[in-house]
Amino acid sequence: MLAEELKTVADREHEAESARTACINVCAAASCQALQSEELRKALAQAAAAQGYGPEACTVRQVGCLGLCGAGPLVSVDPGGILYQRVQPSDAEEIVAALEGARVERLALDPAMPFFTRQHRIVLENSGRIDPDRLEDYIARDGYTALSTVLHEMHPADVIAEVTKAGLRGRGGAGYPTGLKWETVAKSAGSQKIIVCNADEGDPGAFMDRSVLESDPHRVLEGMAIAAYAVGANEGYIYVRAEYPLAVARLKTALRHAERHGLLGGDICGSHFTFRISIRLGAGAFVCGEETALLASIQGLRGTPRPRPPYPAQAGLWGYPTVINNVETFANVAPIIRNGGDWFAALGTERSKGTKVFALAGSIHNTGLIEVPMGMKLRDIVFDIGGGIPGGKRFKAVQTGGPSGGCIPENFLDTPVDYETLTGLGSIMGSGGMIVMDETSSMVDVARFFMEFCMTESCGKCIPCRAGTVQMHELLGRFCERRARTADLRMLEALCDLVRNTSLCGLGQSAPNPVLSTLRYFRPEYEAALVPDGAALASNNGAHGGAA
Amino acid sequence: MPAYLEKINPPSDDKRWKMVAATMKKLGNRPSDLIEALHTVQQTFGYLDKPGLIFVAAVLKVPPSQVYGAATFYHYFTMKPQGEHTCIVCTGTACYINGAAALLKSIEAREGVRPGQTTPDGRLSVLTARCFGACGLAPVAVVDGQLESRLTPDGLQNRLEAILKEGIPSHAR
Repeated sequence: MLAEELKTVADREHEAESARTACINVCAAASCQALQSEELRKALAQAAAAQGYGPEACTVRQVGCLGLCGAGPLVSVDPGGILYQRVQPSDAEEIVAALEGARVERLALDPAMPFFTRQHRIVLENSGRIDPDRLEDYIARDGYTALSTVLHEMHPADVIAEVTKAGLRGRGGAGYPTGLKWETVAKSAGSQKIIVCNADEGDPGAFMDRSVLESDPHRVLEGMAIAAYAVGANEGYIYVRAEYPLAVARLKTALRHAERHGLLGGDICGSHFTFRISIRLGAGAFVCGEETALLASIQGLRGTPRPRPPYPAQAGLWGYPTVINNVETFANVAPIIRNGGDWFAALGTERSKGTKVFALAGSIHNTGLIEVPMGMKLRDIVFDIGGGIPGGKRFKAVQTGGPSGGCIPENFLDTPVDYETLTGLGSIMGSGGMIVMDETSSMVDVARFFMEFCMTESCGKCIPCRAGTVQMHELLGRFCERRARTADLRMLEALCDLVRNTSLCGLGQSAPNPVLSTLRYFRPEYEAALVPDGAALASNNGAHGGAA
Repeated sequence: MPAYLEKINPPSDDKRWKMVAATMKKLGNRPSDLIEALHTVQQTFGYLDKPGLIFVAAVLKVPPSQVYGAATFYHYFTMKPQGEHTCIVCTGTACYINGAAALLKSIEAREGVRPGQTTPDGRLSVLTARCFGACGLAPVAVVDGQLESRLTPDGLQNRLEAILKEGIPSHAR
């Protein structure tokens, strides 16, 4: 598809849009779909037809994630941007009847809620506003114009320079500068280069990538194609979790449409550039989020990491220089090209630019997906956007970074969120899972929960991680059962230090983080579980009362 | 290539093996397609067994040890046949915070099975998963392919009793 053709499609879509009276958008991301949103969409379409609206006058369509997953199924109505929550098929008639009048108050969400007003959407700008299965919808919102511009008007080095200027850093969690990574691959010797999109979102409690893939798959494909042009790659892979069937289906549809319209494949946008993408399914191994393990898995092997260097940027898939970026990183690329690196760099903090998507969950009012500028205070995210803790309970900690991250207590809630500050607090940015815990959560239990996760997910290749996580899990168990001794606490700390410093990959190196951060901020909880030295170990049943 | 290596016979004359072989061929029958091939077999038969693994090894020309290694390394693959119905309880962080443990306890108390086990009558398999990404609806479980949200132990039990009474096999849904 040439630039003019893209414009023709976009114009046609805009015309159709201005000709219609209303558009009813029904969330069809996994979370709302689980709440039968497809039935709801049918009911709304029926109601619209019954009340005399033809498909041109009122479109009822599926869209991607509308954000407030905890209040699903969600429906938005344009014009007006009215958002309805917990909509049932029986509400359909009433919603359609209100299209040209006042909104249905009992279902409507307040658009002035901080949950909506305090967000800044770049990655999620199309989420909930387009039908992810329709290429035309994406094109109508400037889709693939960045790719077309890049191919016809920019030198690969200029593309990299723009991304570098934007200050974009890897959104998978480590925060490596994207421009620098691309530059390394572009400069690596050899004619064959490869682009890999890491969509193996394994952190429990994180669903940003799933949502982006389900809501706006073309955005990720466009970002990958731009990266491919920048570094000179003709082959790309998306490694996506098998546990996300809907995301996989949407990706497949998007790939097929993009190829059919010459936006991927050979001679893209009438240029001589070729880039083909294949989808590879993960198989439920958390360690495959680590880049070298992921590459092994794409090659059909067990997902075990290998020492770096060489980094994948030098020797990656089948030994070829490989760019590996996370879904959200690729999703940031097209807007950076469209609006310029300076525009992106103006957002965020000094060292962390742009926005970050977070998945808010746990003990919090507004669970769902949010995108905020880097540098927003944790307190604003939890209490303003998230609406605070339900049930009158007290906030205890917010957990970021999943099993590789840590728990941050109340007195650090005024910390602005960026890569460095979170690391300084003993946690990490991670991919963006944010779980809020209230006073009823035991931090020792939480530490054991994550250690159990790391223990089962350890690939077994290096001993510190394989054996260390088992021993730490056993020690944490003693604390949970209140039969730990002072020596156990010392041993736990020593093991944390050892596993962190001697493990082969990020999984092992960061496995002690949940323990270390809870020890740092909630040490009394560990100490309260100690049996005084010299005291006999109470029997199992008495252990609780005896030690407390 | 010697003729005896050319012709690779599937483990049985079950017609589904033809479909599996065709899918593998479409992928390219390359060693790097191993994980995709295992997905195909498990999707078709519900689990992986030894003869199936040996067949995949022969077709893709990968040592059987490597195939077995991959099949047992990845949690998504199972080498045990599943019960008629399945209940997968999410044990991700959000579900853990919101009471996944209570769901598992109540299943164990009433059905007598723990995660990874199938009831002796082969009617219900109970599994756990690391996160379905539906954290906004926690705690969740996937019962016969359908995500059940904001579960209580009683709510889940009612759902399980309903599917066990209905008798609709999980693969038919």
